Amino acid sequence: MSAAVIEYGGDLSVLLYVLSFSLFIFGLMRGTHPRTAKRGNLIAAVGMAIAVVTTLLLDGVGNWGVIIGGLAVGTAVGYIASVRVQMTEMPQMVALYNGVGGGAVALIAWSEFRHAPIDFPLEEFVPVLFAAVIGSVSFWGSNVAFAKLQDLIPTKPIAVPGQQIINALLLVGVIAACVVLASSDDPSEGLFIGLLIAAAILGNLVVLPIGGADMPVVISLLNAATGLSAAAAGFSLDNVSLIVAGTLVGSSGTILTLEMATAMNRSIPNILFAGFGGAPAAAGAPGEERPHTSIGAQDAAIKLAYADSVVIVPGYGLAVAQAQHAVKEMANELEKRGVDVNYAIHPVAGRMPGHMNVLLAEADVPYEKLREMEDINPEMPRTDVAVIIGANDVTNPAAKNDPDSPIAGMPIIEANEAKQVIVIKRSMSPGFAGIDNDLFYLPNTDMLFADAKAAAGEIAAAIEDL
Amino acid sequence: MDLVTELTIFVLSAFVGFVVISKVPATLHTPLMSQTNAIHGIVMLGGLIVAGFAEGALELVIAFIAIAFGAINIVGGFMVTDRMLGMFVRKPKPADDPEEVPK
Repeated sequence: MSAAVIEYGGDLSVLLYVLSFSLFIFGLMRGTHPRTAKRGNLIAAVGMAIAVVTTLLLDGVGNWGVIIGGLAVGTAVGYIASVRVQMTEMPQMVALYNGVGGGAVALIAWSEFRHAPIDFPLEEFVPVLFAAVIGSVSFWGSNVAFAKLQDLIPTKPIAVPGQQIINALLLVGVIAACVVLASSDDPSEGLFIGLLIAAAILGNLVVLPIGGADMPVVISLLNAATGLSAAAAGFSLDNVSLIVAGTLVGSSGTILTLEMATAMNRSIPNILFAGFGGAPAAAGAPGEERPHTSIGAQDAAIKLAYADSVVIVPGYGLAVAQAQHAVKEMANELEKRGVDVNYAIHPVAGRMPGHMNVLLAEADVPYEKLREMEDINPEMPRTDVAVIIGANDVTNPAAKNDPDSPIAGMPIIEANEAKQVIVIKRSMSPGFAGIDNDLFYLPNTDMLFADAKAAAGEIAAAIEDL
Repeated sequence: MDLVTELTIFVLSAFVGFVVISKVPATLHTPLMSQTNAIHGIVMLGGLIVAGFAEGALELVIAFIAIAFGAINIVGGFMVTDRMLGMFVRKPKPADDPEEVPK
């Protein structure tokens, strides 16, 4: 008993698959502007519906109890998660989605392996092995990333002694197992399961030592990996829709990975294999006190209210404090007084690409006000007040001025060029890089020690009362 | 499909992907990621296909989980992207800024 309307690999199925991936591409093309992106997402969803329905009607698809059950459970979980998730939690959600995507690929590869014919052609066996390894690595790596983002395990880089060697040995073992499996006449399933497990350990070990601020790179990289694993599954299943869609996801993840790495001026191997911030902060000499000035919300309000232009520089602290609405409130008060307010978004502000933009969009900040780093930096010298909220390393002028700094060469938001700087922060503690931020000690910088949300609220109220 | 055809499709898709995605502004990178998560849900097709030839409890469970994971990606990915993008579109343009409360 099967719907059995469409022949697998027949003209009709290929035609419908081509239609579906064309809609994916068209949908992504509309994603290049905030006004058209929502429609684009809908178009891509229609493409997906076509692909799924086509597959359900394929000859040979069966076990309907499993299919309907899986669809029902997945749909329910996906629906509930998408409705309930807070915008501050988007990095966790994307990490989980990367994970389940990789997990699905690994499981499909396992199932294909079990049904492989005796003379399994290499051109199909190799993609199955690739999909199994990358799928398993991304599943476990993403779970660790999720646990870090959700604070289930410490976000600090966790260094395991001899870790590089263990990883290298695991990698060699994985490749060796692949070669043995691919060259065997009757490949053993035990070895295949061992391969999945070794890849799982590798996924855990690679992500575990990576600290919170490097998460934008890790999430992007896992995104790229899951995409490629889906493409590999497409090779082994002879499914054009999987190849194209997986490759699109892989390209997207790769572009984002490269952009994030550039924004931190670090290479990808360096991020993956050298625990940044795990480096001792001893050079910064924590005991030594450098002079800084601190002010209260009232004074900050006065400085801001009498400015002509204000640039707000948000960072992960804004997300942690859920301060986006309070900040928008503050900006509203300023705009009422005719102050021009913009937001300077560093590419790696937050825990994933575009994290700050989504938070501020949630608080109704128009997207035209969300300015990219290269775009806003030239305007900084003409800016009266730069307000740093929950950002740290991405504003540190040492990145430009001190060639010995651990973050030397990293592009920064040049808040130090503004006429005045107000830093809203809970304490003088260093940022993720574990180094002092020279910005805090500039003569035109005032520190406002408070929780970001509370401070923004107090400033807004104080401006209103002026 | 032979390997050459598949590799051709793969390489051309990679170029298309790079060209299209490069044009996505940084502001939309989070929705882009959740949307690509949803597109990645295409692997559910693989789950549906292997469900067809699944035999025995283990293979049925594998197919079930793969399908459920794929469906999470598809439904959750597209829906949360839609939710986020809705936040970007409902903004009034700065030109017709209604925020003019004299103080």
